[in-house]
Amino acid sequence: MTEWTSGDLRLTNVTKRYDTFTAVDQLDLVIPRGSFFALLGPSGCGKTTTLRMVAGLDQPTIGQIWIGLKDITETKAYQRNVNTVFQNYALFPHLSIIDNVAFGLRRRKVSDHKAKAMEALELVQLAHIATKKPGQLSGGMQQRVALARAIVNRPDVLLLDEPLGALDLKLRRQMQIELKMIQSEVGITFVHVTHDQEEAMTMADTIAVMNAGRLEQVGDPATLYEHPKSTFVANFLGQSNLLEATVKSRDGSIAELDVHGVSLRLPVDRLENGASAVWLGVRPEKLRLVANGSAPDGTGDSNRLTGVVTDASFTGLATNYLVRLPWGQELMVVQQNDGTSRVAAGAQVTLGWAPEHGFALDAKQDAHAGAQDQADDSGAA
Amino acid sequence: MRWIRAHLVAIAGLLVLSYMLLPNIVVIVFSFNKPKGNYNYEWQRFSLDAWTNPCGTPGICDALGLSLRVGFIATLVSTILGTMVAFAIGRYRFRGRSSTNLLIFLPMATPEVVMGSSLLTLFIAMGIAPGTVTILIAHILFCLSFVVVTVKARIASLDPRLEQAAADLFANPFQAFIRVTLPLVAPGIAAGALLAFSLSFDDYIITNFNASPSSVTFPMFVWGASQRGTPVQINVIGTVMFLAALLLVATGQLISNRRAKTAA
Ligand SMILES: Nc1ncnc2c1ncn2[C@@H]1O[C@H](COP(=O)(O)OP(=O)(O)OP(=O)(O)O)[C@@H](O)[C@H]1O
Ligand SMILES: [Mg+2]
Repeated sequence: MTEWTSGDLRLTNVTKRYDTFTAVDQLDLVIPRGSFFALLGPSGCGKTTTLRMVAGLDQPTIGQIWIGLKDITETKAYQRNVNTVFQNYALFPHLSIIDNVAFGLRRRKVSDHKAKAMEALELVQLAHIATKKPGQLSGGMQQRVALARAIVNRPDVLLLDEPLGALDLKLRRQMQIELKMIQSEVGITFVHVTHDQEEAMTMADTIAVMNAGRLEQVGDPATLYEHPKSTFVANFLGQSNLLEATVKSRDGSIAELDVHGVSLRLPVDRLENGASAVWLGVRPEKLRLVANGSAPDGTGDSNRLTGVVTDASFTGLATNYLVRLPWGQELMVVQQNDGTSRVAAGAQVTLGWAPEHGFALDAKQDAHAGAQDQADDSGAA
Repeated sequence: MRWIRAHLVAIAGLLVLSYMLLPNIVVIVFSFNKPKGNYNYEWQRFSLDAWTNPCGTPGICDALGLSLRVGFIATLVSTILGTMVAFAIGRYRFRGRSSTNLLIFLPMATPEVVMGSSLLTLFIAMGIAPGTVTILIAHILFCLSFVVVTVKARIASLDPRLEQAAADLFANPFQAFIRVTLPLVAPGIAAGALLAFSLSFDDYIITNFNASPSSVTFPMFVWGASQRGTPVQINVIGTVMFLAALLLVATGQLISNRRAKTAA
């Protein structure tokens, strides 16, 4: 088990079954006190179920949930010092905003509940609408009220179930920044559920990637992105090119891999001990694309592949290419718009990357795991 | 021609409305009549006699009083019981839930004559003499179904996440019910209660089966009186009831309008 300190939220072997269907499968998690933790995964992977178990709205079939040294698995929802910002806010329509925010304080018989509720509303910059009813507010305002209503209780853990899901993109970006600021201001543990990988990466200290009820990988955003441990994480967090490779030799710190007859290099520590068949991964923005003949010596990187550009689309910030390799596979390449000349479709090019930008994944996994979910999500967002 | 076409919907609406309201208007107008004989069927001349002496016909105010009392108690009991049944059916899964659901509908589907006569048979078989108590039992019985159906519809439209949010905000089940569920279901309960009262106040057939000569409700009085003549007081009480109902509906509308304005 991982190290933990008092005040951390811990899930040990938490499993939730509905009849024969397992929604959450043997989850082991330590969420450090005061951290901004994101639970990321595609629709239906069990994120909401996990949150509901932490909130006490659902009971785990097996496993325990702890806050610090206290096992709260059997504690009733209303006795847990945990609050939730619900996916659709769930504000009480018959109560004014201030009464909504003061609801939890009143139940706990906090004496100056009105003043504290006002303070929380000020924190989310909505003090001026305290007497209105939820129905009179815009989605973004309701979202903030829901946040204030939860935060005002200063819970040990604040659970946020896709709190920004219903907002449009611009408001969403703004709220992401605001949420992050509020979190560092109040210092409460935030567990933020999302299926938007960009949101998780910009906001969270630590991300746990879930897939089909199981934990795929936990780590800080940079680690997850640079060193994914599974094809699912590689494809779900950003995009990845995965090449079928066999390990030819390990020589000191560098391993030689064979990819369809081309020799490519990778730091040995990226490889599992004894692995021979792997997916060699490289992110699209790590590839440098040079038209053949334009530069004296291709790209200057030690890993090189040649191919033909089949598609080039200019997005302003960058150009996205698809490059077909001799064995028919197409690689995604993102080239920053740094002033270098762009290449048109049909051009013969060389792709190069530094060996340390590569990563290796077990070849037994599906190379497309997580890719479809990602495409769906960006389409819906 | 074009004017007619443009206002066709409004004209049709007004026609239907006057069709529906004409009887009420006749009742109101004839409450100011001074009839020649026993029957208040022909307009003679304007008079306030009945209005200044509404209890002037023997027995009419006793009957009205009984109807109001029965209506009040039947409404109270059926609303409380019906609300509880509605919550049980709407919120809990238990054995016999769907058959309960079906059985609740039965009294609404049963013809009143059938229900009235079988109730009487039951009371007599049990040795209970017909009277105010049997009327009450009968009224509570048929009001119950309507309350259950009205309240159940409201509960079904309630977002269960609101109660979960209450629990999440430290409200124990009782507090969650009092602070969140009940206020949100209240309009349904109020509608059920209004319906129950008007059904009880209005009922003739079932009541008639289960009444005794000493327990005459207002509808029974009107029917009985009409054999010998129709006192103008009936129109007065009818008018008052109509206006009271109108006032109730109007305030209800006003409140929900205001609520919609502050909540929508
Ligand atoms: N009460 C229930 N009975 C049966 N199955 C359920 C129940 N609640 C959830 N599930 C199933 O458990 C799985 C996980 O659901 P959950 O709501 O946790 O997903 P999620 O990750 O929050 O998805 P989304 O991003 O769409 O909100 C789903 O396949 C869902 O169908
Ligand atoms: Mg969910």
